[in-house]
Amino acid sequence: MSRDTALWGALPIYFISAWAVVSLLVDAFSKNSRVSFHFAWIGLLLTAMAAVGSFPYEGAAFSGMIATGHYAAFFDVLFAIGGLLTVLAAHPYLERLQFELDEFYSLTLFAIAGMMLIAHANNLLVLFIGIEVMSISFYILAGYFRNKTLSVEAGIKYFLLGAFMSGFLMYGIALVYGATASLHYGAILHATTTGSLSFPTLLIIGATFLVIALSFKAALFPFHFWAPDVYQGAPTVVTGLMSTAGKAAAFAAFLPLAFVFLPQLQIKLQLLLAIIAALSMLYGNIVAITQQNIKRMLAYSSIAHAGYILIGIVAASPDGFAAVTFYAAVYLFMQLGAFVLASVLEQQYGRHLEIQDYKGLYQRHPLLAGLMAVFMFSLTGVPPLAGFFGKYYLFVAAIESGFVWLAILGVVASVISAYFYLGLVVAMFFHPASESSESPMPTGTAGITLAISTVMTFLFGFFPSLLLHVTQQLF
Amino acid sequence: MAALILTLFLPLLGAGIILFMNKTQRKGIQYTALGFALATFVVSLFLLFGFDPANADFQYYIHTTWIASLDIGFRIGIDGMSLLLVLLTTFITPITILSSFQAIKDRDKLYYMMLLLLEFGMIGVFVALDTILFYVFWEIILIPMYFIIGIWGGPRRIYAAIKFFLYTFIGSLLMLVAIIWIGIWGGGDAGFTADYLTLREIAPTVPLAIQQWLFLAFALSFAIKVPLFPFHTWLPDAHVEAPTPGSVILAGILLKLGTYGLIRYNLELFPQASIFFAPLLSTLAVIGIIYGALVAMVQSDVKKLVAYSSVSHLGFIVLGIFSMTTEGLQGAVIQMINHGLSTGMLFLCVGILYERRHTRELAEYGGIVTVMPKFAVLLGFAVFASAGLPGLNGFVGEFLTMLGAYQSPILGTWTYVAFAALGVILAAAYLLRMYNGVIFGPNLNPKNHALPDLTKLELWQLVPVTIFLVWIGIYPSTFLQLSETNMRLVSSKIEAAHRQMSQEHRVSSTSQMPLSPASLSFLLPQEIKNMHRQQQRELTEDGNGAAQQQMSDEEWMQE
Repeated sequence: MSRDTALWGALPIYFISAWAVVSLLVDAFSKNSRVSFHFAWIGLLLTAMAAVGSFPYEGAAFSGMIATGHYAAFFDVLFAIGGLLTVLAAHPYLERLQFELDEFYSLTLFAIAGMMLIAHANNLLVLFIGIEVMSISFYILAGYFRNKTLSVEAGIKYFLLGAFMSGFLMYGIALVYGATASLHYGAILHATTTGSLSFPTLLIIGATFLVIALSFKAALFPFHFWAPDVYQGAPTVVTGLMSTAGKAAAFAAFLPLAFVFLPQLQIKLQLLLAIIAALSMLYGNIVAITQQNIKRMLAYSSIAHAGYILIGIVAASPDGFAAVTFYAAVYLFMQLGAFVLASVLEQQYGRHLEIQDYKGLYQRHPLLAGLMAVFMFSLTGVPPLAGFFGKYYLFVAAIESGFVWLAILGVVASVISAYFYLGLVVAMFFHPASESSESPMPTGTAGITLAISTVMTFLFGFFPSLLLHVTQQLF
Repeated sequence: MAALILTLFLPLLGAGIILFMNKTQRKGIQYTALGFALATFVVSLFLLFGFDPANADFQYYIHTTWIASLDIGFRIGIDGMSLLLVLLTTFITPITILSSFQAIKDRDKLYYMMLLLLEFGMIGVFVALDTILFYVFWEIILIPMYFIIGIWGGPRRIYAAIKFFLYTFIGSLLMLVAIIWIGIWGGGDAGFTADYLTLREIAPTVPLAIQQWLFLAFALSFAIKVPLFPFHTWLPDAHVEAPTPGSVILAGILLKLGTYGLIRYNLELFPQASIFFAPLLSTLAVIGIIYGALVAMVQSDVKKLVAYSSVSHLGFIVLGIFSMTTEGLQGAVIQMINHGLSTGMLFLCVGILYERRHTRELAEYGGIVTVMPKFAVLLGFAVFASAGLPGLNGFVGEFLTMLGAYQSPILGTWTYVAFAALGVILAAAYLLRMYNGVIFGPNLNPKNHALPDLTKLELWQLVPVTIFLVWIGIYPSTFLQLSETNMRLVSSKIEAAHRQMSQEHRVSSTSQMPLSPASLSFLLPQEIKNMHRQQQRELTEDGNGAAQQQMSDEEWMQE
């Protein structure tokens, strides 16, 4: 059994890592980006399948360094699908912008591998390695358009701040080790629950540092400052991946840590997280109102969405954690859909991304405008779309745990968000076309991404229990 | 069973079919939409045959599991009140589609899809017996209405559409929090329930201090929809900017969602809190009656005048509801139907004028009777019905609501009725001023000399409504008897709660201060379920019947 677990449970990790390395070789020998593209999406599809297969293998591998089974497998599937959708959308986008280099696909594969390692982590050092693999890939991807100032700025900015935050993460890990004499999640939990702590204060400081570092990765207020600039400068499809799967990865790290630290630090941590969640929701949505650029608008709103997700962790109940994973999944589809749609309309780098460029889109491309409206309504949380049930489960968890005030703040934030999400709908549907610019229909594979995202947004709206059944089994 | 399912889903099916039609086939789309709306109406008439008015239970009840782990189900069913409102919806929708043939000139495909989706949502709200399902339908309505105002509306349509959306959205989201709270309470140890029938039994056991907050969360959402003074400001904007069919739906049906919710949720789930807040809401209703009437009096724009008259008329309905007597509730129900018919018809008439002259200024008209005699007669019916002339429908509703408010032991004073009666007089004044200004007098404006009278299409819109105006006016029992059993039940429940409350008050003078800061404690981190258990225990200690005792014993055993 345990050998099976080590083999099949950790298979997605082996597979994606090996595939990413081979992908580099393929790039080196083939010199044809089309080959790299096909290589990448096939790899991600296989990873997703391997991850689905690894569901039942609950256990640990690599002498307890890596956890396998439901939880990790769920996120593996999520990340692989996120990567798949991104790669499919990236191919026509990069081709159109005439900047399709082979490394793009390898880097995406590495980023996904890093995320999956985060979900599998059962040890703080593995967590650190996973976060670094993901982040370094994202630093390069953010600055991918190396001849565009904004993109390079995004890369550098993300790298500098990210490196600084890695310091926080490492320091936090060191302090937790000092307090509990272990890096292993189970051992830390044991130490905190039995109260055999050498230095309880160190544990508090260490846990706070970990919260800060992960808040940075999830772009939670007040550690969000990098997000708008990086999201705007990075290639639009990369932004889509960063703000969805990247964020989900941060929460995939958050959840086990919440398990580990909450028994000891319940009151202090819960309140701290509740405040971060409340401020993120309000700040993200209020500032998003004034944004004219759709990427910046979605960036600020993604701060708010991270705040919503955090509600589930604050609730600190199985229902809350299930709600977190549920929201991470539906958020991936709707937010990625919105970014990919923006990338379809982006003719040249940075062009046609202002809200006013969307005026009259309905008359030019009814289908695209309709899909964008679906994503916007879902992000607002209007039933019966998936976004509504995501928020609904989070609020249920919050109220069950007695955080009625947090649920009410979440509601208020949702109303604020309705204003700018609808602003885009207003521009697309209620205004006549500002110019008769010829924008393309989704070329080839980006259409697949949009179709899948839309179908999922509807599917999990009409039949949320399909996904809820899975997420409730995780905890 | 099948009739209810068909009534609910036929409009959605119609919208789905139109989605796949070619947008150049304008006639085909129009007649498909009309066909589905008419079919829905015919099917909904079949509901009448299997309906037993003497039975207070929900009929045609259907329950299918939707989200099992949270006890959310697809539960639908109708009682007398919802039956009447469903019939109103299925009756008004084909008429608005007829009027859309003239009023909507571009993007027909999207428009008719939105209209049918709207009908689907509205019927859904009236038949849903599951709080989450109710909420889903409640929100579904927002989207098509938002598009109808925003795309086909007047010059300030974008402002009006956003205002409409945001106003309704904030109210409904607070309601969602309350729905979740009450669901967790009602779910007990099982976790959560959205079953309306369960909640109707359990919700009244929530302590008054918390009931009050839940009541307010629900009431805010409904008060915005009604709209009750001072939450009415979105209404004139939305009405004036919406295209004629949009206004008809808005006034005819959408506003009734609010009053329906007040009875179905506020009164039935929170009887004690309803008694507590009855004076407040009745006062707001009376203010609305007078304020709406006064503002309507000074409008120079005919459509605005009718819009503000809605604020006034809806005040009567709310007054009837919070009189909480059988007469008052029955009056409120019949007045919902009346208002839907007569104000809907007024908006149709305004639209007919607007189609001909492209202005709604009262001063532009006068002496229309000389060129449009048929129009003058039919507008007359709508105006007099709206003003509450005996013999037409408006009188029945207003009379019953005021009678109810007068007799109400909970309101306990005739002051509300006195002010409401003032509203009736004012209504006659502004409506007759409007009618006079448009129809009579010399036809001086040269542009009005050659206006064509009603076309056959327009007659098809107005005459069916007129028939019902007269029918309800002369023989209201046809309609009243449908909802009587249910409303009697609601009022008797409230009466029982009232009696109990006044007894308790006599026994202990230390009853908790209403809306005290201490009652906010439910916002703080603590277990709702513990509170529920404690409540159950208290009930047991009071010795509230053997059944209760047994239930709690089992609970103890489990613990």
